[in-house]
Amino acid sequence: MVSKNTETLNIPDAPHRPGDRPKFKKWHWSPEDLNMLEIDCSVDDTQEHALGLVRVLNDNNEAKGEWNPNLNSEELIIGLEHMLRLRIFDERMMKMQRTGKLSFYMRSYGEEAIAIAQTMALETQDWLFPTYRQPGAQFVRGRDMVSMICHCIGNEEDNVKGRQMPVHYTYREGRYISVSSPVGTQFSQAIGVAMASEYKELDEVTITWIGDGASAEGDYHYALNFASIFKAPVILNIVNNQWAISTHSNFASGNQNFAIRGLPYGIPSIRVDGNDFLALYSVTKWARERASKKLGPTHIEVLTYRAGAHSSSDDPSRYRPQDASDFWPGGDPIERLKLHLIHENKWSEEEHENLEKKLNSEVMSAYKEAVKFGDLANGPYPSSDAIFTEVYETPPWHLLEQWDEMKRWRDE
Amino acid sequence: MVNMNMVQSVNSALDNMLERDKEIIIFGEDIGYFGGVFRTCDGLQEKHGKHRVFDSPLSEGGIAATAFGMGINGLRPVVEIQFADYIFPAYDQIVNEMAKVRHRSGGEFWCPVTIRTPAGGGIRGGHHHSQSPEAQFTHTPGLKVVYCSTPFNSKGLLISAIEDNDPVIFFEPKRCYRGPFYGDPHNVPTWKEHPEAEVPESYYKIPLGEARLAMEGDKCTVIAWGTMVHVAEQAIRNSGISCDLIDLQTLIPWDKDAIIRSIEKTGRCVIVHEAPKTSGFGAEMVASIQERCFYHLESRIERVTGWDTPFPHTTEWDYMPSPARIEEAIRKTQEE
Repeated sequence: MVSKNTETLNIPDAPHRPGDRPKFKKWHWSPEDLNMLEIDCSVDDTQEHALGLVRVLNDNNEAKGEWNPNLNSEELIIGLEHMLRLRIFDERMMKMQRTGKLSFYMRSYGEEAIAIAQTMALETQDWLFPTYRQPGAQFVRGRDMVSMICHCIGNEEDNVKGRQMPVHYTYREGRYISVSSPVGTQFSQAIGVAMASEYKELDEVTITWIGDGASAEGDYHYALNFASIFKAPVILNIVNNQWAISTHSNFASGNQNFAIRGLPYGIPSIRVDGNDFLALYSVTKWARERASKKLGPTHIEVLTYRAGAHSSSDDPSRYRPQDASDFWPGGDPIERLKLHLIHENKWSEEEHENLEKKLNSEVMSAYKEAVKFGDLANGPYPSSDAIFTEVYETPPWHLLEQWDEMKRWRDE
Repeated sequence: MVNMNMVQSVNSALDNMLERDKEIIIFGEDIGYFGGVFRTCDGLQEKHGKHRVFDSPLSEGGIAATAFGMGINGLRPVVEIQFADYIFPAYDQIVNEMAKVRHRSGGEFWCPVTIRTPAGGGIRGGHHHSQSPEAQFTHTPGLKVVYCSTPFNSKGLLISAIEDNDPVIFFEPKRCYRGPFYGDPHNVPTWKEHPEAEVPESYYKIPLGEARLAMEGDKCTVIAWGTMVHVAEQAIRNSGISCDLIDLQTLIPWDKDAIIRSIEKTGRCVIVHEAPKTSGFGAEMVASIQERCFYHLESRIERVTGWDTPFPHTTEWDYMPSPARIEEAIRKTQEE
């Protein structure tokens, strides 16, 4: 018999819910806290870096500390431009979704720095194995925006031929590996990609990302375990943006520091401010050098906040305070880099506004160009023959039969 | 030609392929230093090096995921899942990832992985060392599914599977590793002097998608795969009825022409598999045969399968299709 008291289990809750004033602990970390680590440091040497937070930009918009990558302003402006491009692109795509021109969309709002800074810190031969929240890497690798929009629409020019939902990009030319909906699967696969590069004796590093939510999947454990055992040249990022749809990170792990989960696997682990472009760049550059020198994997917690909804199908006002991201101690990644550049006298509000205007028109014209190849409502869509192609290298007889049947219904 | 058992023939296929193609890399549980619990990888690490043949952690999901990553980055991994019963932690990686990556990426990435796995009963393996989960994979577009039955076909089919650019699930009937099984657990023959155990030491292929006519006759078509090929052979001999025995070999894509040809001749059909009956691959065979050969059928199609229960331990002989059950099914097809 169950007793009358059924409130005996320890069920966690989110720290704040709709109507609450967002509760974030005040950050006490500053850029001077943590020393730069030796490339061949031990796992133990990284303990403080896993428990602390690597930052470069301080609250006065200055770049400080040993992790300062000392990037020149041209590079920083490129990074700023890509982040702003992604934000404006996302806004336009979201509008398209709201007006029925896309079936679905996912923004990177508040997390723009992550894939962009990290990809800029890598070499062009390195493999990117993203989730749906790292599309910005494609801008760094030179993907044409029109082609990205065509994919999201699923029109005639969609390079995945109308088969996958929007934002499930694939861009082999840029070594950006096909995005899959089941969360976490790429994390363990990335070890195989990295091991293959090593087997072929190529100086290629693989970087992959997973969310705090998906880190509860077995694939997260498989990845860390295989990476550790085989010392794979891989950079394993766990993007802790606090929320997996409505599931707070309290339900992903009983320990809210995700970085230290790498330590018992024997993997050097660092936590980094995910809204600090410079810190992200620096930590990733360091991890790449380790991988490249055959020193093995690095595990990085990227601490950030999902400022927007999970997707266009999600309404976060139902489960968290609407203005929570305004209180996030890490601020906004674009604003922070912009203010830093202004502080350094390398940028101005006026230049920023001009850049915004330029990017707005770039996105608008890409959008107009893309819909020439078809929109969601009216097409033209990719040929439905693509249902049957590339299931196998060569369609076997039973697919050919069904393909003929489909054509009979379609074409009659 | 050399007489080989199925452990040696699988080993020979792997050895030939490691020799021929530097893109091939082999890993799985216990397969490196030790050579595998069934010994199919014996000596391969010593001969080809531990960078090409190595032990993995006990992590089927991780094995499949790592193989996936290697596959999309230009290698051709051949991995072992120690028992087919243990493949399920890898199921997501196989079904959602390997099977779909070519399609989902518009052909930009593909996954030429072979997953070898010992399957089926007859070794007193109980619930979790006996299952034959082929139907869980035949229902997944993008996978090829192969089930060998003899030393000769295991080698030729395995080489084709490895060279195939799509993911292949390769079932090895573990009861037949060291000898064919004729349904009598007290009679334990070896592969010595069996014609299908004469195996070339060099490379050869048996194309995927082609069935093997194991016995030829004209009164009934018996379709089987894996261990059941030999049990069905015994049943046919016991019955004295002239039957075609079709060893399907590849389940996806299955050999439509061989089956139609045979049923047009015999008009009668029995399908045998050791997996449970409901939603088994036999159901697909029955449905497809009646679609294609309805007017040639002279009687109901019979199925002889494992029961819709977990696989038992000491009572497995009452679970697996026996020569007597198969013989009765063959006789039933002759009545109408």
